[in-house]
Amino acid sequence: MPPTSRVLEFTVNRTRRRYAGLPFRRLIDVLREDLRLTGTKEGCGEGECGSCTVLLDGAPVNSCLIPICQVQGRSVRTVESLGRPESLNALQQAFIDTGGAQCGICTPGMLMTATAWIEHGGSADRDAIRRCLAGNLCRCTGYQHIVDAVTKVARRGSRR
Amino acid sequence: MPAIGRRVPRREGPEKLTGRAQYLDDVAIPSCLTGVTLRSTIPYGAIRAVTFDPAFPWADFVVVTARDVPYNRVALIADDQPLLADTRVMHQMEPIALVAHRDRDQAYEALKHITVVYGPEAPVLTVDDALAATTKLFGDDNVFKDIRIERGDVDGGLAAADLVMEGEYHLPHQEHAYIENNAIAAWVDPDGTLVVTGSMQCPYYVHKALKGLFGLADRRIRVIQTATGGGFGGKEEYPNVIAGHAALLARKAGRPVKIVYDRHEDMLATTKRHPARVRHRTGVRRDGTLVAQDIDIVMDGGAYVTLSPVVLSRGALHATGPYSCPNVRLRARAVATNTPPNGAFRGFGAPQTLFAAELHMEKIAATLGIDAVELRRKNLVRKGSVLATGQVLRESIGARPVLDICVKRSDYRRTRRAHDRHNRDARQTTWKGIGLAVVHHGSGFTGRGEVMLASRASVVLGRDGTITALAASTEIGQGTTTMLAQITADALGVPVDWVDVEVPDTWKVPNSGPTVASRTCMVVGGLLQRAAVRLRDQLIELVGAVPTTRAAFVRAAQRLCGDRSAVRADEDYRKPPEVTWDEDAYHGDAYAVYSYGAAAVDLEIDRATFEVTVRKVTTAHDVGKAINPLLVEGQIIGGLVQGLGYALLEHVVYRDGVMRNAELTNYVIPTSLDVPPFDVVLVERPYSRGPWGAKGVGELPMDIPAPAVAAAIFHATGSLISKLPILPETIRAADLARS
Repeated sequence: MPPTSRVLEFTVNRTRRRYAGLPFRRLIDVLREDLRLTGTKEGCGEGECGSCTVLLDGAPVNSCLIPICQVQGRSVRTVESLGRPESLNALQQAFIDTGGAQCGICTPGMLMTATAWIEHGGSADRDAIRRCLAGNLCRCTGYQHIVDAVTKVARRGSRR
Repeated sequence: MPAIGRRVPRREGPEKLTGRAQYLDDVAIPSCLTGVTLRSTIPYGAIRAVTFDPAFPWADFVVVTARDVPYNRVALIADDQPLLADTRVMHQMEPIALVAHRDRDQAYEALKHITVVYGPEAPVLTVDDALAATTKLFGDDNVFKDIRIERGDVDGGLAAADLVMEGEYHLPHQEHAYIENNAIAAWVDPDGTLVVTGSMQCPYYVHKALKGLFGLADRRIRVIQTATGGGFGGKEEYPNVIAGHAALLARKAGRPVKIVYDRHEDMLATTKRHPARVRHRTGVRRDGTLVAQDIDIVMDGGAYVTLSPVVLSRGALHATGPYSCPNVRLRARAVATNTPPNGAFRGFGAPQTLFAAELHMEKIAATLGIDAVELRRKNLVRKGSVLATGQVLRESIGARPVLDICVKRSDYRRTRRAHDRHNRDARQTTWKGIGLAVVHHGSGFTGRGEVMLASRASVVLGRDGTITALAASTEIGQGTTTMLAQITADALGVPVDWVDVEVPDTWKVPNSGPTVASRTCMVVGGLLQRAAVRLRDQLIELVGAVPTTRAAFVRAAQRLCGDRSAVRADEDYRKPPEVTWDEDAYHGDAYAVYSYGAAAVDLEIDRATFEVTVRKVTTAHDVGKAINPLLVEGQIIGGLVQGLGYALLEHVVYRDGVMRNAELTNYVIPTSLDVPPFDVVLVERPYSRGPWGAKGVGELPMDIPAPAVAAAIFHATGSLISKLPILPETIRAADLARS
């Protein structure tokens, strides 16, 4: 029996969205294809690389593993919710200053994982930050400059 | 303020940090179809028939096979690879047919309704079978390229040596695992121009391939790079094939077609690092002086020639290690097997042969009972040293300083003694080891390569004061755009933010050659430097000095341009007169100059699980001049991590000529938890012909970690493991074999 369409409601980057379609479409496809939010990247489609990381009710998830029906009533945040090119937020700026982005394809997912860390008051301990980022693969940087960026912002956060 | 030597932030950083950078899959192309590929499921045999399910609605789909290809060869070195297999398949995953449809799922569904009838034959899957040449895949002997280098009297040297040390080293495939999979789109403009855009390192390679496939004039093909999510060599030559596929479908469809591989397909079908077997027979004196090196290299090229001859060449030319030895005999062969073609991967043959050379030094040192650092110091190249090809090293030789810095900063000797004490203590739960390696890496194309490329780069000064650097060199994460802007700005004498760098688009930029071979900064940067200096000199002649305010600069630009909209300085590659190379004899200056790198790897091995934890890496790199230290450090750390993955984690499993673990779940690359902190030292021994003294850096760090890791494991456990990757089970097996 073919799957039937559903109507779902959720928010994406603080905007209310209504979805009418198949319930088991992947969240990443709804974001990229329906909403044209192409900042979220697909690297593997099996939850290994973390490039598609978005925040679901504030927690990082692999959007390639989330069927859209699980998003009913919840809130999604993507890289597009962070600063704009002319007004980057502190974390984005730190990535630029420390060399935390190279090819840039893992960067949106990396930023969302780091955003959750910072917003939940994560420490500036480098080993803890490495553990936090372990689900996001980067093939360019060797991670050190990314850890530098997150450490920098976490340290600033803890001073406030 | 000069830009050279400054940590100028990445130019395209803000777009990447906000998710706005447009990688191909992000680009909205109106009425675009999705193309998918039907691939062979056997490694070798005849294609007897390709049949289409008559019940399937084929009218809704665009389908192409080999018969639709005007000239069915992908132009590279030997032009032996078809765009689509016609009567035979040479490897698993070889493309046979293509289907396009609006809906990606529908396109994949269509593939299930195509049947290929094969006449399977016994495949050649190992280099030994290839060399036996019972089945002939290529020529009479299955050898794509056979290189011999001879210097001095090796037999005499071996006979006179105090010790002749033999060793055999085995290097595996390695997958690039760029996080953006391959992706290309194509369409035909109303004027008949074939437009191809996507993820790639070398727009003019794609241009050349398309020209050969479709027989079009140069201007009727336009290739434009999009943002590219990593390459590492994996997007050097393979995009030629995907571009041809997308173009073929688009021409037939009369609409744009996009081909975006998923991870599984990308890992199964595209290139890998060449596996290699390297044998050494080395004569040394009791004091460690090298007197003879006899080296035999065999690389597995896969089913088609592609880039194997030149990968082999770079491998062969680095196989002695960064050492001078009076007597060298070297034979290197790349052979054909029924596996997907292996191709360019950062280091390009050198990581394989340098692993063997460097680990062999450890073996010699241990056997002679002398210190491995002293053994290296005794033989390292210095000014005036002669390499196996007769090349005399003239300048910019940082081999000794990079080694000495690593020894000192890692506290190598004291750490070694402390680890020895730790390892003798039976109560400890780990073994500890520290090992190092030192390497050289030639900057730019091998031999006459740069002359053949005849690269051009240009700087354009517009009447409105705009300054644009034109080059086909691609930004793939390494920082090309930022670095080229810095060079152009300083050569012209203006602030770096006055300079634009054009997007690589073959309609707009000259052919500055491929973005490979650690050549972009030294060679293409050098061209832009000279072009910008010519414009600077014109400005100075006209107005006395390069204006420092924007308004004055625009006025000067207007005067210089006169009634023209812009003035343009083109700069063509000029071979340094002192560089000579004889390709037939394999004699002379294999590379204009070499960069040098060393690293000390400090690690710990669990005595129960044999799991390796790398604690610290100390490294020094002589890059001539770090145009942008932030970017250079990024290249070094990133390259070292790929090397650590190659050494310890990355295990490509082949069965029946195809990768069996083609997912990131089962092919493990380093995460943030697998890698240690890196202590990076930049050494600047300037090269007189590089811009501000710069040499190459991109590939060098990839060469170093594997032998250093193996040396550290040798120190920790006493097992010299000569095969990568060194997995826990490998260490355990070696441990059992020793006890």
